[in-house]
Amino acid sequence: MPRNDNLRKIVVIGSGPIVIGQAAEFDYAGTQACQALREEGYEVVLINSNPATIMTDPNMADRVYIEPITLDFVANIIRKERPDGLLPTLGGQTGLNMAVELAKHGVLERENVTLLGTQLSAIQQAEDREQFRTLMRELDQPIPESAIITNVAQADDFVATVGYPVIVRPAFTLGGTGGGIAHSDSELHEIVTLGLRYSPIGQCLIERSIAGMKEIEYEVMRDRHDNCIVVCNMENIDPVGVHTGDSIVVAPSQTLSDREYQMLRAASLKIIRALKIEGGCNVQYALDPHSYQYYVIEVNPRVSRSSALASKATGYPIAKMAAKIAVGYTLDELRNPVTGQTYACFEPALDYVVTKIPRWPFDKFVHANRKLGTQMKATGEVMAIGRTFAESLHKAVRSLEVGVHRLFIKGTDAIPDDKLEGRLRTPDDERLFLLAEAFRRGWDFEDIHQMTAIDRWFLHEISQLIAMEKRIQHTPLTPSFLREIKQLGFPDRAIAELRQTGERTDMTEEDVRAHRVQWNIMPVYKTVDTCAAEFSASTPYYYGTYDQENEVIRTDRPKVIVLGSGPIRIGQGIEFDYSTVHAVWAIREAGYEAIIVNNNPETVSTDFNTSDRLYFEPLYIEDVLHIVAQEQPLGVIVQFGGQTAINLAAALQAAGVPILGSDLESIDRAENRQKFEALLRTLAIAQPLGKTVTSVDEATEVAQQLGFPVLVRPSYVLGGRAMEIVYNVGELSHYMANAVHINPHHPVLIDRYMQGKEVEVDAICDGETVLVPGIMEHVERAGIHSGDSIAVYPPQTLSTERKVEIVEMTSQIARALDVKGLINIQFVISKGKVYVIEVNPRSSRTVPFLSKVTGVPMANVATQVILGEKLADLGYSNGLWAEDDHVSVKVPVFSFAKLRRVDTTLGPEMKSTGEVMGRDRNFAKALYKGLLGAGMKIPMSGNIIATISDKDKEEAIDIFRGFSQLGYQLYATQGTAESLRQAGLHVKPVYKLHEGTPTILDMIRTGKAQFIVNTLTKGKVPERDGFRIRRDAVENGVVCMTSLDTVLALLTMLQAIHFSATQMPNFVGMQAGLPRAEEG
Amino acid sequence: MTTAKLVLEDGTYFEGYAFGALGNVTGEIVFHTGMTGYQEVLTDPSYAGQIVTMTYPHIGNYGITRDDDEANRPAVHGFVVRQHSEITSNWRAKRPIGSWLQQWGIVGISGVDTRMITRIIRSRGTMRALLSTQEDVTISQLLDDVRQSTVIQHPVAQVSTPQMYRCTGTGLRIVLVDFGAKGGIVRELIRRQCDVVVVPHNTTAEQVLALSPDGVLLSNGPGDPNDVPYAAAMVREIIGRIPLFGICLGHQLFALACGATTSKLAFGHRGSNHPVRDLKTGQCYITSQNHGYTVNADSIAPTRLAVTQINNNDLTIEGLRHLDAPAFSVQYHPEASPGPDDSNYLFDAFLDMVRTYRHPHTQQEAN
Repeated sequence: MPRNDNLRKIVVIGSGPIVIGQAAEFDYAGTQACQALREEGYEVVLINSNPATIMTDPNMADRVYIEPITLDFVANIIRKERPDGLLPTLGGQTGLNMAVELAKHGVLERENVTLLGTQLSAIQQAEDREQFRTLMRELDQPIPESAIITNVAQADDFVATVGYPVIVRPAFTLGGTGGGIAHSDSELHEIVTLGLRYSPIGQCLIERSIAGMKEIEYEVMRDRHDNCIVVCNMENIDPVGVHTGDSIVVAPSQTLSDREYQMLRAASLKIIRALKIEGGCNVQYALDPHSYQYYVIEVNPRVSRSSALASKATGYPIAKMAAKIAVGYTLDELRNPVTGQTYACFEPALDYVVTKIPRWPFDKFVHANRKLGTQMKATGEVMAIGRTFAESLHKAVRSLEVGVHRLFIKGTDAIPDDKLEGRLRTPDDERLFLLAEAFRRGWDFEDIHQMTAIDRWFLHEISQLIAMEKRIQHTPLTPSFLREIKQLGFPDRAIAELRQTGERTDMTEEDVRAHRVQWNIMPVYKTVDTCAAEFSASTPYYYGTYDQENEVIRTDRPKVIVLGSGPIRIGQGIEFDYSTVHAVWAIREAGYEAIIVNNNPETVSTDFNTSDRLYFEPLYIEDVLHIVAQEQPLGVIVQFGGQTAINLAAALQAAGVPILGSDLESIDRAENRQKFEALLRTLAIAQPLGKTVTSVDEATEVAQQLGFPVLVRPSYVLGGRAMEIVYNVGELSHYMANAVHINPHHPVLIDRYMQGKEVEVDAICDGETVLVPGIMEHVERAGIHSGDSIAVYPPQTLSTERKVEIVEMTSQIARALDVKGLINIQFVISKGKVYVIEVNPRSSRTVPFLSKVTGVPMANVATQVILGEKLADLGYSNGLWAEDDHVSVKVPVFSFAKLRRVDTTLGPEMKSTGEVMGRDRNFAKALYKGLLGAGMKIPMSGNIIATISDKDKEEAIDIFRGFSQLGYQLYATQGTAESLRQAGLHVKPVYKLHEGTPTILDMIRTGKAQFIVNTLTKGKVPERDGFRIRRDAVENGVVCMTSLDTVLALLTMLQAIHFSATQMPNFVGMQAGLPRAEEG
Repeated sequence: MTTAKLVLEDGTYFEGYAFGALGNVTGEIVFHTGMTGYQEVLTDPSYAGQIVTMTYPHIGNYGITRDDDEANRPAVHGFVVRQHSEITSNWRAKRPIGSWLQQWGIVGISGVDTRMITRIIRSRGTMRALLSTQEDVTISQLLDDVRQSTVIQHPVAQVSTPQMYRCTGTGLRIVLVDFGAKGGIVRELIRRQCDVVVVPHNTTAEQVLALSPDGVLLSNGPGDPNDVPYAAAMVREIIGRIPLFGICLGHQLFALACGATTSKLAFGHRGSNHPVRDLKTGQCYITSQNHGYTVNADSIAPTRLAVTQINNNDLTIEGLRHLDAPAFSVQYHPEASPGPDDSNYLFDAFLDMVRTYRHPHTQQEAN
């Protein structure tokens, strides 16, 4: 069936900012969809608030709107653009919910817009629990006993009939927000109360727990001709009970017989047919490990995180096919782009094993609850491909970048037995390594199976790896033994480490490698071809393995390898994939062959269409060196892949691999504190005073010399980890005792904390010319991580002279470091003086934002420079690029709602997971859009609650006066209230916990709090009240600000958009009031 | 661990570990792309005399079960995998695959680059191969052996039932001509209450008709349909007299009986993911396939046959229908086992056709 010619213009809705549960996979899906639709000649209108995406690039759609994904804004765009169709299934839950809202409010009908792919009824049948259950019953598909509840009493009634444990799932939320397993009344009440609040329709599903069953997923596709295929099935190693986004997942399933496989496949087809989905769909099952009994857990009538994984796992481009199907094509007429000779109507056959491991943010959020349950907590994931499960598991483990290269995490060997057992029974993020530890301790196989409910096959495989570790320790290396080890995926480093603890104490990683070179034990590369080699494939999508035949044929063309940025984590998000993709494109445009190495299945960079060759491999030195040996590139580019790639630079250079662009020396001079200080001295550029210390006494002495507050952090850490501002000796001692283990090998850096305005610059340098595309000014003062600050372009408060000064300093530093490519510099302006606080000679988080708002394709230009072009020849000159006449703000987005026990206070350590952009004619409008896009509710009236620390009280007065004048009612806790009253403001009292009623929590919970301003009493000493207030605010969706700068910006914005209610002026020279009769 | 060697007639050889029976076996080497269903593959009589390579690397994970055999005994000669499982993990598993292979004298090799083998077969076609667990033998000796080896003769005769037997049912009487029938075919008929009479491959038309069948089903089976000319002759006499359904080899015999010709495919279709398009409805089905021969498309025109279905990838014939008689056939396996059950409806279509033929006045549409 051919394409639908009634359509001309199609709107695609993106998924908005990256949050836990909705990450880069929707950029990948959306980008594929836009490309697929444009290929067909449709005019594509794209709406997404996330500037860090490839899909929001101007060349991805005919019209790109980076606007908030809210009813008003999207409806506005639809009215303006008059599209014929809307494709809602590629923007995650956000896109789907938006489509439902548009339909509900009659926008689609009024504007005559057809919903493509999935019909509204199908969305509702899949998402509305009652309708879903009815449908499953009609289809004869088993579902666990359950009830739809809208209040706590109904939950109690249900439990009275089925007993504990029960699972609570709020309707219409992403990543299972607010859900959980309840084992007791108190847990039930807590989870249900929250869940009802999170669900936009105030509805939860409560069901009998099927925890412990196998969790299996099927990715299904259907076209309008009712052709259906299964792209891939996947098996979670973690049984039901752990959110699939938090589970270690393998593809295809490993422990299902053909009967079980086909039984669930048939059920999936039945379901997608009943829902009449035209496109992709994901069905999750629980399968009893002791019978054919299964339950349908969930159906996602859209492209999902799992479909991104399935696409990368099989090579089958689900999103692209889904988009084509949505406009009328059928599977049997669409070519399979991987083989080029067969069609999309078939089921991929894998001849390898794919393992996905989630990447959790617990390194950043040390206080977070690490237990895994129905609420997803991972920010990203890695995928690895191996010929065997063992190989892929080991490759996935070393892709995680958590300092682990085999199934061993330091410290697990010291866990007492009882504690180990406890942690095996209630899964947390380290379970895989704890399993390994249990096997190392020789625990009984069946006992471990009983504790974890993990299938014996997986346990056996893991136990075999541990058995192999023991053999490595005690068996001399021979060619055949070493090959056997490598086939199980052990990296050389692990082998050396194990030999060292065994009988050969002197064996190094280099020795192992030397043996391999001598014995010719090298990996070969195989193709991911969707068909298990049945047909020849034209796609250059490879993975390495220790097998016989190498399928990669080296070409004669000059080639360049670009290292990607690995899993999405806090501090290293989709922004780096954006730059990576642009670098690859630029390399191809320049006539070179571009080769990418990456391990993140959610990204555009790992789409096999992006590069000339894709190596889906760990970003681990051994694996990268093998690829270099295979491809013999001109060099490797490390500056786009964030810290992940930068960290590999030294070892690559040591192995004789040319680093293209800024070299190791530049990186080192920026990262090494002493060298950097020396450099700034020669340039006469100021930086905050500071010193490296190696003992607590020294730290105290230095801090007193510098003067409090000071910024403290361990040396050589990333993304501001464990960085704090301390205000006095007490806090310093607390930090030294708790946050770091100071010694001469692990020094601590102490810097003067400069209170002031923070400014950030990204620049491109070719060694001569330095182009500064733009300067960004932060709303929040220095001390809050730049990634968590609201950034404004162009700067609103900097004078021309100041900008010139900053550009000049940037140019000096870039030239002095001999940067070839990108450089990012952060400044603080304190008391009229500009200081440099950080220099990164690499692509930064702000590159996509700045590229979009300035129109300078920064990663592209930087790549050309890296390849030897001169900026002058490219038409660029020194200095600041002409500023845009619009104002753009970048607003950070947090995932606090998903992470219980995490404090929402902002500080030097980054906490945001994503960002949105707001752009308009003035700052206020741009900020309004940014805040709205970030999910903030901005009521135009209501109550604002203040609880302000002493140091901020004076500064707060004018701000709250402003709110009062706009008509907001002020509430404040005692001290704050007094200070505001003294300033003549009308303040109602509110109480801290245990001081009286109403407490702040009461107000939050009863919906009476619209905004909360809570600044920290001092430093970071935990303060129970404040913490509970902030957490309650998050959990109730109330805006809670911890920096007065944010509050001031909000006020400024509100003042600009508020209509004033001002009385008319009196006539000149007349008294107020009515003229009175003359007396007398 | 005992080592094993696999030698292909083109001279390529592989060394791995022996699992299963020890010894030397020869046979045509083929590959199967299904990710599940190894037990069904191993017991499918159509693989008689062949050495089967599984493209999916982990084989044996769920062990060998009681219920997944497609025949009483396997007819495969050798089994080639990337990695076999030492343990079993499934509630139905009865034993690990290695000991089962041993019991049936099937030589297995594990730890070889099965993808490389697949790519060789794909580019050079199926060929003779030799699998050996002998230690004291050189590759060149084995290569000589494989080049002198002959592929299995009359495989149908070896796997067909020697005697007629009956699976008594209360419904329609279906004579299943067993050229190496998979158990799944019988299962599907029994599920539909058929009274199934299974007859040997060399049963004559006269003998078939003597059983007063309501319908005749020609089963799948190994090898070249031209090797069993007597069967095609039998089919020729049945057409038009009794409603007929052919599966796989049965489909090829039906075609030969009607005057079409067959030829060998370079490397066949073996897997659970082959798309078949119905030319009448346009609908696509994912099918389970196992065949090395195909009906020649250019041989159809002069016959009274019509092509009903084709492979959506290589456009080979997947389904035929007789223009005048109640008879149709498919090249693939509607009984699945292993593979998807998308085309299970064909058994219903067959029985509907049988009923219509018995009661022509009921106006039910035959396929």
